[in-house]
Order: sequence, then C-alpha cells, then structure tokens
Amino acid sequence: MPFGNTHNNFKLNYKNEEEFPDLTKHNNHMAKVLTKEIYAKLRDKQTPTGYTLDDVIQTGVDNPGHPFIMTVGCVAGDEESYEVFKDLFDPVICDRHGGYKATDKHKTDLNFENLKGGDDLDPNYVLSSRVRTGRSIKGYALPPHNSRGERRAVEKLSVEALNSLDGEFKGKYYPLKSMTDAEQEQLIADHFLFDKPVSPLLLAAGMARDWPDARGIWHNENKTFLVWVNEEDHLRVISMQKGGNMKEVFRRFCVGLNRIEEIFKKHNHGFMWNEHLGYVLTCPSNLGTGLRGGVHVKLPKLSEHPKFEEILTRLRLQKRGTGGVDTASVGGVFDISNADRLGSSEVEQVQCVVDGVKLMVEMEKKLEKGEAIDSLIPAQK
Amino acid sequence: MASSFARILSSKRNVGILSLVGAGSLTVGFLLNREQHVSAGAQVRRVYPPSAEYPDLRKHNNCMASHLTPAVYAKLCDKATPNGYTLDQAIQTGVDNPGHPFIKTVGMVAGDEETYEVFADLFDPVIMERHNGYDPRKMKHPTDLDASKIRSGLFDEKYVLSSRVRTGRSIRGLSLPPACTRAERREVERVVINALGGLQGDLAGKYYSLTQMTEEEQQQLIDDHFLFDKPVSPLLTCAGMARDWPDARGIWHNNEKTFLVWVNEEDHTRVISMEKGGNMKRVFERFCRGLQEVERLIQEKGWEFMWNERLGYVLTCPSNLGTGLRAGVHITLPRLSKDPRFPKILDNLRLQKRGTGGVDTAAVGSTFDISNLDRLGQSEVQLVQTVIDGVNYLIECEKRLEKGQDIKIPAAIKHN
Repeated sequence: MPFGNTHNNFKLNYKNEEEFPDLTKHNNHMAKVLTKEIYAKLRDKQTPTGYTLDDVIQTGVDNPGHPFIMTVGCVAGDEESYEVFKDLFDPVICDRHGGYKATDKHKTDLNFENLKGGDDLDPNYVLSSRVRTGRSIKGYALPPHNSRGERRAVEKLSVEALNSLDGEFKGKYYPLKSMTDAEQEQLIADHFLFDKPVSPLLLAAGMARDWPDARGIWHNENKTFLVWVNEEDHLRVISMQKGGNMKEVFRRFCVGLNRIEEIFKKHNHGFMWNEHLGYVLTCPSNLGTGLRGGVHVKLPKLSEHPKFEEILTRLRLQKRGTGGVDTASVGGVFDISNADRLGSSEVEQVQCVVDGVKLMVEMEKKLEKGEAIDSLIPAQK
Repeated sequence: MASSFARILSSKRNVGILSLVGAGSLTVGFLLNREQHVSAGAQVRRVYPPSAEYPDLRKHNNCMASHLTPAVYAKLCDKATPNGYTLDQAIQTGVDNPGHPFIKTVGMVAGDEETYEVFADLFDPVIMERHNGYDPRKMKHPTDLDASKIRSGLFDEKYVLSSRVRTGRSIRGLSLPPACTRAERREVERVVINALGGLQGDLAGKYYSLTQMTEEEQQQLIDDHFLFDKPVSPLLTCAGMARDWPDARGIWHNNEKTFLVWVNEEDHTRVISMEKGGNMKRVFERFCRGLQEVERLIQEKGWEFMWNERLGYVLTCPSNLGTGLRAGVHITLPRLSKDPRFPKILDNLRLQKRGTGGVDTAAVGSTFDISNLDRLGQSEVQLVQTVIDGVNYLIECEKRLEKGQDIKIPAAIKHN
C-alpha cells in the first residue's frame, strides 16, 4: 500500500529496532540483504513521489519465500527508487543478476540484424516462439505506487501511441473494464487476456489496486504483436507466433518496440532507461533488457536425462511449464527461455535461446535414436 | 521544542512508549527528530485534479460507492489524519471490491481514530445507512456493560447448543490494522498481553503468539476452534490488514477456554466469551467482567480504549461501531426453519441467521447461528436482551409447531 511520506514521518517517532521487520523465517533477496543498519539509514528517505523503504520491502516482508525458489522481495515505486534506496537495491541486483556491480554498465542492442540464425528451429519440436519485455513511461510512478490519475494517464498515452502504428502493427485496444463478452471470449481463446493478479507477491506490492481501471490489452490484426497496459509494468510488449522462426519474432519485436519508443519520445515521455540498469521496470528481476525470449519445445527424452538441468545452466537458459512461471511441464513440452536479463544485450540473450534450443533439439533427436549426447554437452557459457 | 516535548509527555500513548524505550531514549537526537516530524495539516501528494483521480464506481454496490460523490471526493481527497492516513487509503477496499448484487458491504475502513472525524463527510452518511438511520451528528450511543440487568437468559438446551458474545476493542493512540506500523502493532500486542496477564481466577490464562507457538499448541488451538489464520478475504487484504503477517498477532485464552482474545487480527483486539449450552446470562456476565477488568488493567498503565459518545467503541470497520457486539447462539430449529414465515420473524425480532461456520456460510441441517442485527444506537445490555427475548420466542415457536399449534409473527421491534 502506498502510504506516502507523511505516514512515513510519523513512523520515525519509533526507534529503528521497533520498526525493523522480523525476517528470521524469510528467504528472499531482500531479506538476505536488509540489515538493521541499512534500514536505519534508509527509513527516513523518500522518492520525489513519496515512495518509502517500507513500501519497497512490503511484498518481501509479507511473502517469506520458498525454501527452493528465491524471490526478489522488493519492488520499485518509481524510477528514483533505484537511486534513493541504492543501498538495498544494489546488493539485491548483484545477487539476482549474477554479480552485477554498482559500477557496471548495461548494453542495449535492439538491432535484430545482429542475431545469427534463428529462422531454422525444427517446427516438429519447436511449437511456438515468443519474446517479451516491459517498458516504463518516464515521469510516471510505477504500478505499486501510481494513483488512479497517473495510471489513466499512462493508459491514454499508450493507447494514443499504439493506435498510431500501421502496416504489420496496425491494431486495436481492448480496455479491461469495457470489453464486450464476445471480445473477452476471443481474447481468452487467443490466450491474450490477462486477469487480475492473484499472486500474493504482486498483491502485497499493491499492483492490483483499482482493478480493472486503466488496464487493457492491445494487439495487432495479425495477432503476432501484443501489448499489456498497466498489468505488472506500465507496458509489457510481446511478439509471438507458432513454429520456430525466432528470427522473425525478434525482428518484429525490435521494430515494433523502436516504433513505439519514437512515438513516446515525441510526446516527451520516453522510456525509463539508464546506462547502469538498462530499462527500468517494477521488479529488479526484470532490469536490463526485461527480456524473456523463449520457445515451447518438445523434449520428452532430454528432460528425463540426468544432465538436463546442468545443460540448461551451461546454456544460460531456464525451463518452465507451458502455463508460464511456476507451472509444471505437460507431456514433455517445456517453455525454455533465457535466464539472464541484466549485463547482456537483447541480441545476446535471444542468441543464447536460438543457439541453445537448436542444440537441445539435436540432443533430443540423438536420444530418440538411442545415441549418447555426452559429446554435445557444452561448456559453461 | 519545549511545547512539543510537553505534548509528548502529556499524551498517554507516549507514556507507554517512553516506559518501553527507557531513559536512554531522551537523547538530544531523539528530540530533534521528534520536532521535525510533528505532522499536522499533512500534505497529500496530488499531481492530478480530483476529477482525474475519482474512482470508477459505476459497477460498484457497497456503502462507500453509494455515498462517495465526486463532490465529496474533491472535498476530502487532499486531507489526511495527523498520522497521514488518507481518503484513498480508506476507500481502497471498496474500490477494489465492487461488491455483490445481494450483499451490501461497507467498502471502507478507518486507519486510526481520527479517520472518523477528518472524513466525517463520507463516514457519517455511510454509518447512517449501515446502522439503520443512526445519525452520528445528532445522536448519542449508550454503553452499558452491567450484566446484572439481564432478565432470563438460560435457554432450553434441547434447542440451544452453544452461546457466545463477541466484540472488539481498540487501544487509543495507536493506529488501526489498515494503517498501523510494525512498531505500533507490536505495541498493541505488548499493551494487551500485559493487561491479560493480570487477569485472575476463572479469567486467568495464557497468550500464544502466532510467530512462536509450538506445533502442539497450534494443533490444540485448531482442535478448540480458536486459531485464526491470515485473512484471505480480499475485503480485508485490500485494506492492508494482513501486512507483516504474522508479526505481533496472537491468541489469548483463559484456562477454562471460555474467554478468548484475538490480538491484531481485524481489530486491535477481538474479545469473545463462550460456552457450550444455553447459559447466555453467564456468558454475558463473564464478557462484561472480563472487558471491564482488561480496561482497568490497561488504564493502570496509562492507556484507554477508543470510545466516544457519538460512535461508541471505535473499531476498524464502520459496521462494528457502537457496541461492536454480536451475541448469538447455535440453535436447532428443524420445524421453524422450514416455515415460510421464519425470515420475517427473525427480521421483526432484529435477529439475523448465519451458517454455523460464521458469516457467509450456509446452515448445516437445521442448526443455525442466530445473533443480533444491530450494533450502534443500542447498548450491550439492550442488544443481548433482544437476543435472549428473540431466541426464547423462536424456541416457543418451535415447541408450538412440535405440538401442531400455530405460530404468530411478532410485532416488529422498534430500532433507533
């Protein structure tokens, strides 16, 4: 809940130890990093929009975490959060993003021509290809903290920008609160519709406030380019299609994003970006490229192989069920995507997916023939 | 500086704080900080005009949505209580939960005692709607915890399986569950369990902190149906009441398991007196005695309950103002419950039925939870008497139907 600065000032009447959260049973990045000293140093600070330390960490306090999955446990309420609360965010970012230092620079590369290959993934195995990222509109608070007025302004600006796209990107916006039953049915059938978050990780961060006000879905006529407005981030941008032509998916992704960004810049509201953190998004896990590029791929034999996890790690990939994060695989079909977000570029991350999936499909074919795959197992990338 | 320091010492709440923190707290640094953070006339961050911020309530059906006009919103949206609680926070739960076409929820909560004053332009009409025309601007709420005034109150145990009275109490000077900080919530816990520790005789008991209870203790509390869990209702979670769970939450009960206190659940405290069987008089007597004893014990330490003569006992949800009292029985009425006149009889007796799982549950067989409808505008004694008279009437009806005799719908009891 965004309590804001006045409430925070009142809290300062209590001593540090009295307000410090009990994190003894917690296992998330925030809990590992937040000491009483850091809390004492940051508790009287606030960003220009009034976001405070307790706002940042509430989701991590309320969700102790899972013994096996390490959640982040903190969110940003605006662009300045990452600056004002650096003493917390920098070590969290370092832990989450493989040792990324406070002085490191992030490379952005949305030039699709730099991607090698990616147009020849075997469609007998690769069922679909998808690339998603998020974007935040500079000058507006983020979903944990924005007011209704701000959220509506983000929607208005986004819809104006998206409606001015043409050619392969010509499309239509469907606001959640006024879509017809028929439109809703179609969006569900297309697997485009997003619903009010139910994850306590998001709810505790205040991201579902005022639902469904100013939330909506935009997609092009071809149904290959999709934008979610005001869900977990200001914008989530998705390019997808059936089959294994990741090259085409990535091309459309880059072209579409660049077009959208131009329009926003013309209105003096570019995307939040800086050379240290790349694209600034609500969750620290999505900093950098915010990119998850992946495929739904059939790997029934490889997934049973004892070295499957090891192979994924070396290829800098992760697996999920086809229902998305935290789901199990069905029928040997996995969602395989890049594990990294920060410290490597969009092209580099999609390259990992393209090269890695190509290799794993080769391994699957070998296993089908009863051959060993040890010679194919790569070194750590 | 001197005047704000004097204010600290004179406020009862801060007597508590200083006694906890010890002499070392009176450092220059502490005083300097205190001066900067005395907040009055708090500024609320406003980037957009009220019309851009006004919530879309067209699909809503709750008391807040019925009364929050754009004009009221514009008038109140840049105000805040001294602790910084705002209108947007008070109404968030009602914005996020449009409601049910048949059940009208309240749709707003108080973050502290001052919420009811600062936002009176919204709370007063909501209170009036929810409490059958009780006008907080004109009327006074009677408080009466003298159990000796109760007449009758021993129900026929062929029908009444158990009797229970519950209410809530808030500790003045500390913010309520939607807004309290971790330190405030911990302080509520300290103040309350300190007082409960002073109870003696049949009221003597023990506190079980949610963060520290053992597996055995937890199982026992579950078996006794005493354990409460983290709220799942979006009505509560959207109001911020589950923050920092389970920090500073716990359950206290007496050794006889007839007097129970929940700490920091939906209110600072929920106080429950209960027992199997039909001795509502004894249940209410213990209820009053326990409440008054706890009040005496907190007053010894310089604390008091939130109460005023407009609203009675101040609790988080406007629906619980006044007495905050729900007195009820679990009762089997196999014949009466099938009679088409049953709802009207209950209505006229100012009673409501629920399933035996509590609010929003269905009845099992023909056993119901029957309790008072009203909370504000009548005293505890009056409400419990209403329940006693009403339940006796229901039992009479059931007995008559057993003998094949006819029953009558009673005259409607006047309320407020």
